[in-house]
Amino acid sequence: MTAGIDLGQPQAQSVRSDEDVVRVRQLVRAVAVAVKLSLVDQTKVVTAASELARNTLVYGGGGSVEVTTVDNGRRKGVRIVFADSGPGIADLNLAMTDGYTSGGGLGLGLSGSRRLVDEFEIETSPETGTRITVTKWSR
Amino acid sequence: MERVPILKIGDILLVSIQLDMSDQTAVQLQEDLAERIVDTGCHGVIIDITALDIVDSFVGRMLSTIASISKVLDAETVVVGMRPAVAITLVELGLSLNGIRTALNVERGMELIAAAHADELDYQLDDDPDAETASS
Repeated sequence: MTAGIDLGQPQAQSVRSDEDVVRVRQLVRAVAVAVKLSLVDQTKVVTAASELARNTLVYGGGGSVEVTTVDNGRRKGVRIVFADSGPGIADLNLAMTDGYTSGGGLGLGLSGSRRLVDEFEIETSPETGTRITVTKWSR
Repeated sequence: MERVPILKIGDILLVSIQLDMSDQTAVQLQEDLAERIVDTGCHGVIIDITALDIVDSFVGRMLSTIASISKVLDAETVVVGMRPAVAITLVELGLSLNGIRTALNVERGMELIAAAHADELDYQLDDDPDAETASS
């Protein structure tokens, strides 16, 4: 599935099982390689994607991931949107704190993945669920 | 679901993770390893992660848990072969891999385990009055 990726088109992957989290990692890796991120940056963005896709599955009750390439004229990058229609995040500040978890995890998913990417946006509400957009630029 | 194979080499169990593990596969490995430690009485576990592109918080936690479980079952765990990019990412993510011994490669991992086991044997000998008299 990594072969023949059309970089002009957003790549979508639904997240319904932990096998899908593996697929998200592979998809993000393929796009990160295609926009020529360094090996360390590839590793960082794939790790962040793994954390956030798992959150989509575990806390959002499943959802979807969309991976696109971005270009600001000077640099290329990879942008990933994680969307679920789950219950939303009640206390965003608390959720972004290192070590806080409402589940059984280590509490590093949100706070840690924010450190691994260049841009991190989060919209959340009980009505619409959670939507997280992250971007990693080539250097 | 795929399973990670566990090899027995002398007194050591060697796990070389060669696939991009799903969370379920990682949990299964934890259980399989605990069983193999008890079945074989091995005193050392080496987990080779040379082939892993990433270690996220789930896999990191699995490694810590395996180390704790093996400790309770009288076996030492050493994680070997971490890639530099993975190490950099882990630290930035905030994962400290508490209680995990690491070595650069399998060979050094085996030396670590041999040394740890020898120390433990010495300690037991020192503690054992019969052993004292036998040696004097």
